[in-house]
Amino acid sequence: MEEKITLAHGNGGRRMHELIEDLRIQFSNKILNELSDAAELSINKNRISFSTDSYVVKPLFFPGGDIGKLAICGTINDVSMKGARPLFISLAFIIEEGFSLTQFKKIVHSIKQEAKEAGVSVVTGDIKVVEKGAADGIFINTAGIGIINYATSIGGRVKPGDLIVINGTIAEHGMAILNAREKLGFKSNIKSDCRSLNLEVQRCLNVSNKISFMRDLTRGGLAGVLNEIAGGSNIGIEIYEKDIPVRPPVKKLCDILGFDPLYVANEGKFICFVDAKDARRIKKAMGKTSQIIGRVLPSHKKEVFLETKLGAKRLLAMLEEDQLPRIC
Amino acid sequence: MKASKIKLMEVCGTHTMAIARAGLKDVLPKSVELISGPGCPVCVTSQSDIDRALEIAGEKDVIMTTFGDMMRVPGTKTSFEGIRREGADVRVVYSSLEALNIARNNPSKRTVFMGIGFETTSPAIAETILEARRQKIKNFFVLSCFKLIFPALSSLARSKKIKIDGFICPGHVSVITGSRPYEKIARDFKTPCVITGFDEIDIIQGIRRLIKQIRENRYEAEIAYKRAVSPQGNKKARKILTLVFEVCDARWRGLGLLKGSGLKLRPKFEEFCAQREFKVKLPKPVKVKGCLCGEVLQGIKTPRDCKLFKNKCTPQNPIGPCMVSSEGTCAAYYKYRNRG
Repeated sequence: MEEKITLAHGNGGRRMHELIEDLRIQFSNKILNELSDAAELSINKNRISFSTDSYVVKPLFFPGGDIGKLAICGTINDVSMKGARPLFISLAFIIEEGFSLTQFKKIVHSIKQEAKEAGVSVVTGDIKVVEKGAADGIFINTAGIGIINYATSIGGRVKPGDLIVINGTIAEHGMAILNAREKLGFKSNIKSDCRSLNLEVQRCLNVSNKISFMRDLTRGGLAGVLNEIAGGSNIGIEIYEKDIPVRPPVKKLCDILGFDPLYVANEGKFICFVDAKDARRIKKAMGKTSQIIGRVLPSHKKEVFLETKLGAKRLLAMLEEDQLPRIC
Repeated sequence: MKASKIKLMEVCGTHTMAIARAGLKDVLPKSVELISGPGCPVCVTSQSDIDRALEIAGEKDVIMTTFGDMMRVPGTKTSFEGIRREGADVRVVYSSLEALNIARNNPSKRTVFMGIGFETTSPAIAETILEARRQKIKNFFVLSCFKLIFPALSSLARSKKIKIDGFICPGHVSVITGSRPYEKIARDFKTPCVITGFDEIDIIQGIRRLIKQIRENRYEAEIAYKRAVSPQGNKKARKILTLVFEVCDARWRGLGLLKGSGLKLRPKFEEFCAQREFKVKLPKPVKVKGCLCGEVLQGIKTPRDCKLFKNKCTPQNPIGPCMVSSEGTCAAYYKYRNRG
């Protein structure tokens, strides 16, 4: 039987990574092979961070944000994780015939607002309208570039003993979207955490020159991203459940639906791998809700472990299939 | 005092997952063994029920709706995912009311809801059927594969193949049933029952209370989850359930045919019965060679005893249902492996 693309090819889990690997081989080059969310380019001795992303979120408007805000902060965050200051954004729409103009204006308004707050300029763009049924409402693609002034290149320098710092509570974006999309009817104050992280990242860069890696915790959640890093950087990682911040309502909604918050997407959270000496400084720079959640192991390459609240250690595997609400 | 090793069975699939997620087995004393039971609704659904659902989904102008966990469970020939790829209209729903909405919005098609699960899920589906009648929806059908937990507990407590010293009883089911039905099981089979919640601390408290009963030679039903469960349970939910459904015999994967362990629609609701509406021919069931799901569901074997586990049978390429379901024992063992 002919193999087909399934949703699991885009969920941040194993199948998606296999698909990405196939693509990497096709276009193989030194920059791409790093498989980072943003590429570090060198143009006339200027170091540039460059990234692109497409936004297809449903529903278009959700507690804490909308597709427009997401399209700006998602790309800003990817650009920032290379230790860059994001400057310019491109903006492209694919719109389905019949889409509400009022909604479109609302989306454009939040794009404008988010770009202003983050201090980036939208400098080029495109609009395509497709016939009814050829797209689902509206899709947005953005690309962004930023300038890197950090002394060393971020990524690929992770070493045993480095500590991992997170900037706040996890799983809010994914659970807010799920609750809104599936009309589960849970009344809660769970909001998406979607926001631009460039200023926070800048604060971290200012207080330490020993940052070895930064990543935002989007698709696949904390567990998915840690597995990517462990595999990509050929390191072992250990994290401590008791130190991972989850807001109680988010934890409860996860419990009800049988979701593991460690695998749920975020849009305003990132982790920073840093030399143990500077971990406290980074924690302070990240703000009140930040936590040191784990460390890089000298052994167990390519594996991630979780020390549970009870003190047991178990593998924190990559997501195999989409998480599904449980039945009972 | 019983034999030195105490064997406790967690009946519910959500407990199995919670225990694995918390790494509880690693921190318990060696003298306490936790065994997984038959409380994963997808896992205990019999091969013939799955085949029937697949055959119905393959009929013309049918929309089959089911919970996401069912999608990849292999039937004799294929799975929901398989027939969907070939063009069948199979949709994942989060509740049976969603299935009813699909029926209302597609009047020219017949919408079938494959109902699986225990006393936790069935009352909501009974209510959906009442709602279908109120709205006079004629194209909505339920394939009832519901199970009742107590006949399974009795069967396991009676089993000669395994000696269970106590049951860690399901919190969610008990919200509906209350603790009373467990009293009979505890008394008749001299097997203590403790109902617990799903946090590590809840489960540990449940284990502690079971061990205390065993030490004191008591055989009682206790609630260690009082914030959700009462002795009498949810009478209203049970009333709706018995209004729509009646008890029947049912076939379980692993446990076989158990008397009075299933639910079927009462005659006055038979217009919603998918078995009545669709006369389908089932393929001859073939037992998958080497798959130990049946034994795992009875607690006789663990996934590690299965030669297919982690080799041929993985969450990506599941052979048995216990690897497919997010509450399945094999999936729990696979996902939450110990540090090697």
